[in-house]
Amino acid sequence: MQAPPSDSELVARCRAGDEDAWRELVERFSRYVYGIAMQAFRLSEADAEDIFQECFARVYENLDRLRDDAAVRPWIAQLTRRLCIDRIRAGSREQLLEEGDEQAEPDATLVRLDEALSVHEALAGLSGDCREVLDRFFARDESYRTIGDALQLPAGTIASRISRCLAKLREVLEGKNSGGSAV
Amino acid sequence: MTYDEERIAALIAALPPAPEAWLKAAQELPAARRSLDHIVARAEADIEFRKALIADLEAALAAEGYEPAERELEEIRRRLQQS
Repeated sequence: MQAPPSDSELVARCRAGDEDAWRELVERFSRYVYGIAMQAFRLSEADAEDIFQECFARVYENLDRLRDDAAVRPWIAQLTRRLCIDRIRAGSREQLLEEGDEQAEPDATLVRLDEALSVHEALAGLSGDCREVLDRFFARDESYRTIGDALQLPAGTIASRISRCLAKLREVLEGKNSGGSAV
Repeated sequence: MTYDEERIAALIAALPPAPEAWLKAAQELPAARRSLDHIVARAEADIEFRKALIADLEAALAAEGYEPAERELEEIRRRLQQS
């Protein structure tokens, strides 16, 4: 199975005008941006949507200015955080911020989301079957029956597949952290 | 760093997908920008079209078959003011 392109490769292709690469870049970071806006900053759905679109518009406009293509991930994280903070300052929560909440940037949640993105990146390197079944069950909260219908698998085999795929993902993550090769 | 499977599961669950429509709109940004560039270029070349855009942007665009999002409308307004 072909490994997904690195962040650097994807950015270079986007910069060259490859629209498939742009779609993939948006797909790769969409959950992260969404998570920062909704979970770390607890924006309303409407504000989070604005931030989401504004973030990717700025990424698209400023990709040429990114000095290190591999740094796209921290750049997007920082951009999203700034947009969220600006939105909160400008919005109805201004009063709360004035009352001393300004320093309460939700660092713990941001660290967790960053780690979650690393897990999703490792997940993207697994076989399509594993990727689908783990994402559907844990991130999309689908039932065994829904997953079974979608993947044309008996619902009874979903639990064992989840278990097998989780073990595989764990191997990848621990291999990564110990400097070993991934799968 | 060690990962137990419960923690891995929690981290997968921590990033649910963004709404499909948001994702699609962001993915279609290059096409939307091309359309916007085309509208602005046409407004620069065609004074009547420009006048119609300034008089009623949304109606003028709808009459030409464009359906830009609010964000794109703002961008067109900004660029019309600059040009």
